[in-house]
Amino acid sequence: MAGREDWWYDEAAGPLVRPYAMVRGRTRPLRPELHLVTQVRAMPSPSDPDALSVEHMEIMELCRRPLSVAEVAAYLDVPLVVVKVLLSDLIQRGDVVIRDPARVPQVPDRNLLQAVLDGVRGI
Amino acid sequence: MVSVESERPGGELLVPTPVKIVIAGGFGTGKTTMVNSVSEIPPLHTEELLTEAGVGVDDVLGLESKETTTVALDFGRITISPEVVLYLFGTPGQNRFWFMWDELAFGAIGAVILVDTRRLDSSFPSIDFFERRGIPFIIAVNCFEGAHNYEVEEVRRALDVDAAIPLVLCDARDRESAKTVLVSLIQHTMDRLDAMA
Repeated sequence: MAGREDWWYDEAAGPLVRPYAMVRGRTRPLRPELHLVTQVRAMPSPSDPDALSVEHMEIMELCRRPLSVAEVAAYLDVPLVVVKVLLSDLIQRGDVVIRDPARVPQVPDRNLLQAVLDGVRGI
Repeated sequence: MVSVESERPGGELLVPTPVKIVIAGGFGTGKTTMVNSVSEIPPLHTEELLTEAGVGVDDVLGLESKETTTVALDFGRITISPEVVLYLFGTPGQNRFWFMWDELAFGAIGAVILVDTRRLDSSFPSIDFFERRGIPFIIAVNCFEGAHNYEVEEVRRALDVDAAIPLVLCDARDRESAKTVLVSLIQHTMDRLDAMA
């Protein structure tokens, strides 16, 4: 993962200016279905790298392996809302693919639960 | 850690199905400790940034509605297979962030409610929350040193939880013990599924 020195802002930018400048003042994620554990995976190469910001590229780099929205936010050390906005851009561009959480009460999937049970027993 | 295959046959990118378990309970009951005991990575920390009113009645108590507040979340990860990844989220310590609980509970396969017998009342809001939403949960009594050891049934009576809800004793610091708690929860969720079928 690239270090934080790659980011364009510094500490003097302050804790609020920083995230909001990054998403150009947008606070509402365009994709409300992005949840904490929604999996994000970058396509092998961005469609148009020149159109992406440094922050978008950071996400593309991180998500070479699948990560959750919450992990992306934690590794980039930015609030979740900011990551959701940035991810919405990437989804719209087709640069990342996502998978939403399995919703057990709605879609009972015993095989999935059995896999989780076996997995936890095995750690 | 399980290695992740990059593609399915046919070239489609493999994106795992995420599964979530919520570790709930009152302040200081050992939620982050339990996450830490079983997570394959050191627990991660992230924050949700809130800038608007209407996120919870007491959130804006005495504050201008445009004030910003942050809710801290700690979570861990267990890679089950290239297809499935399990996340463990601790609930925020402050009960006033109820709106965050909804996001945490969304799609969760279940919740572990950690209980400290010295402060039983701090677990009531968690029990209430998951009961109301019909999300499977179990009670795990974290056996703190120096705390009186109660019988399981004594705790059950004091908490007034249904006999169908598993209640287990644990040591949140201990990996095997924390694993056993997770296994109990997943089995409980499966039993509930079977009962509904």
